[in-house]
Amino acid sequence: MTVSRFRTIIYIAAALVSLAGLADATYLTVQALTGETLGCGGSPDCFKVLGSSYARIAGIPVASLGVLAYFSVFTFATFAVFGYIRARIFLILTIGAMFLGTLWLLYVQAFLLHAYCRYCLFSAATTFLLAGLAIALPPGPDRSVS
Amino acid sequence: MKRCLPFVIVGVVALATIGSGAMLYRAKRPQVVSIPESQMLQKGDTVSAHVRGNPDAPVTLEEYGDFQCPPCGMFAAFLGQLEKEYDSRLRVVFRNFPLKVHEHAREAALAAEAAGVQGHFWEMHDVLYREQEAWSKAPNVRELFESYAGTIGLDLDKFKKDMDGDKTRERVEADRQRGESLGIQTTPTLFINNQPLNQEHKNPEGIRAEINAALAKKPQA
Repeated sequence: MTVSRFRTIIYIAAALVSLAGLADATYLTVQALTGETLGCGGSPDCFKVLGSSYARIAGIPVASLGVLAYFSVFTFATFAVFGYIRARIFLILTIGAMFLGTLWLLYVQAFLLHAYCRYCLFSAATTFLLAGLAIALPPGPDRSVS
Repeated sequence: MKRCLPFVIVGVVALATIGSGAMLYRAKRPQVVSIPESQMLQKGDTVSAHVRGNPDAPVTLEEYGDFQCPPCGMFAAFLGQLEKEYDSRLRVVFRNFPLKVHEHAREAALAAEAAGVQGHFWEMHDVLYREQEAWSKAPNVRELFESYAGTIGLDLDKFKKDMDGDKTRERVEADRQRGESLGIQTTPTLFINNQPLNQEHKNPEGIRAEINAALAKKPQA
Protein backbone atom coordinates (compact mmCIF):
# COMPACT_ATOMS: atom_id res chain seq x y z
CA MET A 1 0.00 0.00 0.00
CA THR A 2 1.33 3.46 -0.85
CA VAL A 3 0.66 6.60 1.13
CA SER A 4 -0.44 9.92 -0.34
CA ARG A 5 2.34 12.40 -1.07
CA PHE A 6 1.11 14.92 1.53
CA ARG A 7 0.96 12.30 4.27
CA THR A 8 4.37 10.98 3.28
CA ILE A 9 5.85 14.46 3.61
CA ILE A 10 4.29 14.82 7.07
CA TYR A 11 5.59 11.44 8.22
CA ILE A 12 9.08 12.19 6.93
CA ALA A 13 9.00 15.62 8.61
CA ALA A 14 7.86 13.97 11.87
CA ALA A 15 10.69 11.44 11.63
CA LEU A 16 13.27 14.20 11.06
CA VAL A 17 11.91 16.39 13.86
CA SER A 18 11.90 13.39 16.20
CA LEU A 19 15.58 12.81 15.39
CA ALA A 20 16.35 16.33 16.64
CA GLY A 21 14.36 15.59 19.82
CA LEU A 22 16.13 12.25 20.16
CA ALA A 23 19.55 13.92 20.03
CA ASP A 24 18.49 16.47 22.66
CA ALA A 25 16.98 13.84 24.97
CA THR A 26 20.05 11.60 24.59
CA TYR A 27 22.31 14.49 25.59
CA LEU A 28 20.16 15.24 28.65
CA THR A 29 20.08 11.56 29.64
CA VAL A 30 23.87 11.36 29.47
CA GLN A 31 24.09 14.51 31.60
CA ALA A 32 21.80 12.93 34.19
CA LEU A 33 23.75 9.65 34.19
CA THR A 34 27.14 11.32 34.61
CA GLY A 35 25.82 13.37 37.51
CA GLU A 36 26.66 16.62 35.74
CA THR A 37 23.21 17.98 36.53
CA LEU A 38 23.81 17.58 40.26
CA GLY A 39 26.62 20.09 40.40
CA CYS A 40 28.07 23.21 38.82
CA GLY A 41 30.48 23.16 35.93
CA GLY A 42 28.17 22.08 33.16
CA SER A 43 25.30 24.30 32.07
CA PRO A 44 24.75 26.74 34.96
CA ASP A 45 21.24 27.71 33.84
CA CYS A 46 20.05 24.11 33.60
CA PHE A 47 21.10 22.64 36.91
CA LYS A 48 18.07 24.12 38.69
CA VAL A 49 15.73 22.23 36.38
CA LEU A 50 17.75 19.10 35.67
CA GLY A 51 18.98 18.76 39.22
CA SER A 52 15.48 19.08 40.69
CA SER A 53 13.36 16.25 41.99
CA TYR A 54 11.03 16.74 38.99
CA ALA A 55 13.81 15.63 36.64
CA ARG A 56 13.52 12.03 37.85
CA ILE A 57 10.62 9.63 38.27
CA ALA A 58 11.39 6.79 40.69
CA GLY A 59 15.07 7.47 40.14
CA ILE A 60 14.80 7.30 36.36
CA PRO A 61 15.80 10.49 34.50
CA VAL A 62 12.77 12.02 32.73
CA ALA A 63 15.12 12.65 29.80
CA SER A 64 15.46 8.90 29.26
CA LEU A 65 11.68 8.70 28.88
CA GLY A 66 12.13 11.41 26.26
CA VAL A 67 14.64 9.20 24.41
CA LEU A 68 12.09 6.40 24.40
CA ALA A 69 9.29 8.72 23.27
CA TYR A 70 11.24 10.34 20.42
CA PHE A 71 12.55 6.99 19.27
CA SER A 72 8.97 5.67 19.25
CA VAL A 73 7.85 8.65 17.16
CA PHE A 74 10.71 8.06 14.72
CA THR A 75 9.82 4.36 14.48
CA PHE A 76 6.09 4.91 13.95
CA ALA A 77 6.66 7.73 11.45
CA THR A 78 9.10 5.57 9.47
CA PHE A 79 6.70 2.63 9.40
CA ALA A 80 3.85 4.96 8.44
CA VAL A 81 5.86 6.15 5.42
CA PHE A 82 6.06 2.55 4.30
CA GLY A 83 2.30 2.12 4.59
CA TYR A 84 1.90 0.35 7.92
CA ILE A 85 -1.63 1.43 8.82
CA ARG A 86 -1.42 0.94 12.59
CA ALA A 87 1.78 3.00 12.78
CA ARG A 88 -0.27 6.13 12.14
CA ILE A 89 -2.49 5.50 15.18
CA PHE A 90 0.47 4.75 17.45
CA LEU A 91 2.23 7.85 16.12
CA ILE A 92 -0.70 10.10 17.01
CA LEU A 93 -1.15 8.51 20.44
CA THR A 94 2.54 8.84 21.28
CA ILE A 95 2.67 12.48 20.18
CA GLY A 96 -0.48 13.17 22.22
CA ALA A 97 1.09 11.68 25.35
CA MET A 98 4.30 13.64 24.74
CA PHE A 99 2.32 16.85 24.30
CA LEU A 100 0.64 16.38 27.68
CA GLY A 101 3.95 15.49 29.32
CA THR A 102 5.54 18.60 27.81
CA LEU A 103 2.75 20.82 29.15
CA TRP A 104 3.40 19.42 32.63
CA LEU A 105 7.17 19.97 32.34
CA LEU A 106 6.66 23.56 31.15
CA TYR A 107 4.34 24.16 34.11
CA VAL A 108 7.00 22.78 36.47
CA GLN A 109 9.65 25.08 35.00
CA ALA A 110 7.45 28.19 34.95
CA PHE A 111 5.54 27.89 38.21
CA LEU A 112 7.31 25.44 40.49
CA LEU A 113 11.00 25.91 39.75
CA HIS A 114 10.90 29.42 38.25
CA ALA A 115 13.77 28.42 35.98
CA TYR A 116 14.10 27.31 32.40
CA CYS A 117 16.57 24.94 30.84
CA ARG A 118 17.26 25.68 27.18
CA TYR A 119 17.56 21.98 26.34
CA CYS A 120 14.14 21.33 27.89
CA LEU A 121 12.69 24.27 25.96
CA PHE A 122 14.16 22.87 22.76
CA SER A 123 12.50 19.54 23.53
CA ALA A 124 9.19 21.33 24.19
CA ALA A 125 9.47 23.13 20.85
CA THR A 126 10.18 19.81 19.12
CA THR A 127 7.12 18.20 20.70
CA PHE A 128 4.91 21.15 19.75
CA LEU A 129 6.16 20.85 16.19
CA LEU A 130 5.34 17.14 16.20
CA ALA A 131 1.89 17.94 17.59
CA GLY A 132 1.42 20.45 14.77
CA LEU A 133 2.38 17.82 12.20
CA ALA A 134 -0.01 15.30 13.80
CA ILE A 135 -2.84 17.84 13.59
CA ALA A 136 -1.97 18.54 9.95
CA LEU A 137 -2.45 14.87 9.08
CA PRO A 138 -5.71 14.47 7.15
CA PRO A 139 -8.27 12.42 9.08
CA GLY A 140 -8.96 8.84 8.13
CA PRO A 141 -6.66 5.94 7.41
CA ASP A 142 -3.79 6.16 4.92
CA ARG A 143 -4.91 5.45 1.38
CA SER A 144 -3.23 4.48 -1.80
CA VAL A 145 -2.44 7.30 -4.25
CA SER A 146 -3.08 5.38 -7.41
CA MET B 1 13.65 -5.75 0.24
CA LYS B 2 11.23 -2.83 0.62
CA ARG B 3 9.48 -4.67 3.46
CA CYS B 4 12.76 -4.80 5.39
CA LEU B 5 13.73 -1.17 4.80
CA PRO B 6 11.80 0.43 7.72
CA PHE B 7 13.30 -2.15 10.08
CA VAL B 8 16.77 -1.37 8.76
CA ILE B 9 16.25 2.41 9.11
CA VAL B 10 14.92 2.09 12.66
CA GLY B 11 17.72 -0.32 13.58
CA VAL B 12 20.39 2.02 12.24
CA VAL B 13 18.94 4.96 14.20
CA ALA B 14 18.74 2.83 17.36
CA LEU B 15 22.38 1.79 17.01
CA ALA B 16 23.47 5.35 16.24
CA THR B 17 21.62 6.62 19.33
CA ILE B 18 23.11 3.99 21.62
CA GLY B 19 26.57 4.47 20.12
CA SER B 20 26.59 8.25 20.32
CA GLY B 21 25.10 8.13 23.83
CA ALA B 22 27.83 5.74 24.97
CA MET B 23 30.56 7.88 23.41
CA LEU B 24 29.14 11.03 25.01
CA TYR B 25 28.93 9.25 28.36
CA ARG B 26 32.57 8.21 28.14
CA ALA B 27 33.61 11.74 27.23
CA LYS B 28 31.57 13.42 29.94
CA ARG B 29 32.06 10.91 32.74
CA PRO B 30 34.01 12.54 35.54
CA GLN B 31 37.50 11.10 35.81
CA VAL B 32 38.18 12.11 39.38
CA VAL B 33 40.97 10.09 40.92
CA SER B 34 41.66 9.19 44.55
CA ILE B 35 43.82 11.63 46.48
CA PRO B 36 47.39 10.32 46.20
CA GLU B 37 49.26 9.56 49.41
CA SER B 38 51.62 12.48 48.87
CA GLN B 39 48.66 14.90 48.88
CA MET B 40 46.69 13.36 51.75
CA LEU B 41 45.99 15.68 54.63
CA GLN B 42 47.94 14.68 57.70
CA LYS B 43 46.35 14.35 61.11
CA GLY B 44 46.29 17.66 62.95
CA ASP B 45 47.22 19.65 59.84
CA THR B 46 45.07 22.76 59.89
CA VAL B 47 47.52 24.94 58.00
CA SER B 48 47.53 23.55 54.47
CA ALA B 49 43.72 23.21 54.39
CA HIS B 50 40.67 24.49 56.21
CA VAL B 51 39.61 21.79 58.63
CA ARG B 52 36.59 21.64 60.91
CA GLY B 53 35.84 18.95 63.46
CA ASN B 54 37.79 16.37 65.40
CA PRO B 55 41.34 16.12 63.94
CA ASP B 56 41.40 12.41 64.94
CA ALA B 57 38.04 11.61 63.36
CA PRO B 58 37.96 8.26 61.53
CA VAL B 59 36.24 9.84 58.53
CA THR B 60 37.41 12.88 56.57
CA LEU B 61 35.05 14.50 54.12
CA GLU B 62 36.97 16.74 51.75
CA GLU B 63 35.01 19.15 49.59
CA TYR B 64 36.11 21.10 46.54
CA GLY B 65 33.58 23.89 46.45
CA ASP B 66 32.64 27.09 44.69
CA PHE B 67 30.93 29.70 46.83
CA GLN B 68 28.68 30.83 43.99
CA CYS B 69 27.59 27.34 43.01
CA PRO B 70 23.98 26.72 44.17
CA PRO B 71 24.42 22.95 44.69
CA CYS B 72 27.45 23.76 46.89
CA GLY B 73 25.18 26.10 48.85
CA MET B 74 22.65 23.32 49.30
CA PHE B 75 25.41 20.95 50.28
CA ALA B 76 26.72 23.44 52.87
CA ALA B 77 23.33 23.36 54.62
CA PHE B 78 23.36 19.55 54.56
CA LEU B 79 26.97 19.51 55.78
CA GLY B 80 25.84 21.22 58.99
CA GLN B 81 23.41 18.35 59.59
CA LEU B 82 26.10 15.76 58.88
CA GLU B 83 28.50 17.38 61.33
CA LYS B 84 25.85 17.22 64.04
CA GLU B 85 24.93 13.63 63.22
CA TYR B 86 28.46 12.26 63.12
CA ASP B 87 29.96 14.69 65.65
CA SER B 88 33.51 13.60 66.59
CA ARG B 89 33.53 10.84 63.97
CA LEU B 90 33.67 13.33 61.09
CA ARG B 91 36.32 15.83 60.04
CA VAL B 92 35.47 18.25 57.25
CA VAL B 93 37.98 19.81 54.87
CA PHE B 94 37.20 22.60 52.42
CA ARG B 95 39.19 23.52 49.36
CA ASN B 96 38.46 26.28 46.87
CA PHE B 97 37.50 25.43 43.34
CA PRO B 98 35.99 28.64 41.92
CA LEU B 99 34.54 27.98 38.47
CA LYS B 100 35.02 30.46 35.65
CA VAL B 101 31.30 30.35 34.80
CA HIS B 102 30.53 32.08 38.11
CA GLU B 103 31.29 35.77 37.97
CA HIS B 104 31.99 36.34 41.67
CA ALA B 105 33.19 32.89 42.73
CA ARG B 106 36.86 33.80 42.75
CA GLU B 107 36.29 36.97 44.76
CA ALA B 108 34.20 35.01 47.24
CA ALA B 109 37.03 32.47 47.60
CA LEU B 110 39.43 35.36 48.23
CA ALA B 111 37.06 36.78 50.86
CA ALA B 112 36.91 33.42 52.63
CA GLU B 113 40.69 33.10 52.54
CA ALA B 114 41.12 36.68 53.78
CA ALA B 115 38.83 35.82 56.70
CA GLY B 116 40.93 32.69 57.20
CA VAL B 117 44.03 34.84 57.70
CA GLN B 118 42.28 36.20 60.80
CA GLY B 119 41.21 32.69 61.84
CA HIS B 120 37.58 33.03 60.73
CA PHE B 121 37.50 31.04 57.52
CA TRP B 122 34.56 28.84 58.53
CA GLU B 123 32.46 31.76 59.74
CA MET B 124 32.92 33.44 56.35
CA HIS B 125 32.33 30.10 54.58
CA ASP B 126 28.99 29.76 56.36
CA VAL B 127 27.94 33.38 55.72
CA LEU B 128 28.89 33.21 52.02
CA TYR B 129 26.79 30.11 51.48
CA ARG B 130 23.91 31.37 53.60
CA GLU B 131 23.82 34.69 51.73
CA GLN B 132 24.74 33.20 48.35
CA GLU B 133 21.59 34.33 46.60
CA ALA B 134 22.03 37.92 47.83
CA TRP B 135 25.62 38.49 46.72
CA SER B 136 25.61 36.31 43.60
CA LYS B 137 23.57 38.90 41.72
CA ALA B 138 24.96 41.99 43.41
CA PRO B 139 26.83 44.45 41.17
CA ASN B 140 29.39 45.27 43.86
CA VAL B 141 30.15 42.13 45.83
CA ARG B 142 33.09 43.69 47.63
CA GLU B 143 30.81 45.90 49.69
CA LEU B 144 28.74 42.90 50.72
CA PHE B 145 31.78 40.80 51.57
CA GLU B 146 33.10 43.65 53.69
CA SER B 147 29.78 43.90 55.48
CA TYR B 148 29.92 40.14 56.19
CA ALA B 149 33.47 40.60 57.48
CA GLY B 150 32.19 43.30 59.81
CA THR B 151 29.35 41.05 60.99
CA ILE B 152 31.72 38.26 61.98
CA GLY B 153 34.00 40.71 63.77
CA LEU B 154 37.00 40.91 61.47
CA ASP B 155 39.51 43.72 61.32
CA LEU B 156 38.13 45.40 58.19
CA ASP B 157 41.31 47.12 57.04
CA LYS B 158 43.26 43.89 57.30
CA PHE B 159 40.47 41.99 55.57
CA LYS B 160 40.50 44.41 52.61
CA LYS B 161 44.28 44.23 52.38
CA ASP B 162 44.31 40.44 52.58
CA MET B 163 41.63 40.10 49.92
CA ASP B 164 44.03 41.74 47.48
CA GLY B 165 47.09 40.05 48.91
CA ASP B 166 49.30 37.52 47.16
CA LYS B 167 48.99 35.01 49.98
CA THR B 168 45.23 34.57 49.60
CA ARG B 169 45.42 34.52 45.82
CA GLU B 170 48.15 31.88 45.89
CA ARG B 171 46.15 29.76 48.29
CA VAL B 172 43.04 29.83 46.10
CA GLU B 173 45.17 29.03 43.07
CA ALA B 174 46.94 26.18 44.87
CA ASP B 175 43.58 24.62 45.76
CA ARG B 176 42.38 24.97 42.19
CA GLN B 177 45.50 23.39 40.76
CA ARG B 178 45.28 20.57 43.27
CA GLY B 179 41.67 20.00 42.25
CA GLU B 180 42.54 20.03 38.56
CA SER B 181 45.33 17.51 39.14
CA LEU B 182 42.69 15.20 40.63
CA GLY B 183 40.52 15.59 37.53
CA ILE B 184 37.86 17.77 39.12
CA GLN B 185 35.59 19.62 36.71
CA THR B 186 32.43 20.21 38.70
CA THR B 187 31.50 21.38 42.17
CA PRO B 188 30.84 20.21 44.75
CA THR B 189 33.28 17.32 44.37
CA LEU B 190 33.57 15.26 47.51
CA PHE B 191 36.13 12.80 48.79
CA ILE B 192 35.53 10.51 51.72
CA ASN B 193 38.78 9.30 53.27
CA ASN B 194 40.58 10.36 50.09
CA GLN B 195 38.30 8.38 47.78
CA PRO B 196 36.06 10.28 45.34
CA LEU B 197 32.36 9.99 46.08
CA ASN B 198 30.48 7.81 43.63
CA GLN B 199 28.30 9.85 41.27
CA GLU B 200 25.27 7.71 42.19
CA HIS B 201 25.88 8.63 45.83
CA LYS B 202 25.74 12.36 45.23
CA ASN B 203 22.67 12.75 47.43
CA PRO B 204 22.08 12.85 51.21
CA GLU B 205 21.39 9.11 51.53
CA GLY B 206 24.35 8.22 49.34
CA ILE B 207 26.75 10.46 51.28
CA ARG B 208 25.56 8.96 54.58
CA ALA B 209 25.98 5.47 53.15
CA GLU B 210 29.56 6.20 52.10
CA ILE B 211 30.40 7.75 55.49
CA ASN B 212 28.92 4.73 57.24
CA ALA B 213 30.91 2.41 55.01
CA ALA B 214 34.09 4.36 55.82
CA LEU B 215 33.24 4.17 59.53
CA ALA B 216 32.71 0.43 59.26
CA LYS B 217 36.22 0.10 57.84
CA LYS B 218 37.68 2.31 60.61
CA PRO B 219 35.49 1.80 63.69
CA GLN B 220 37.86 3.42 66.18
CA ALA B 221 36.62 6.94 67.05
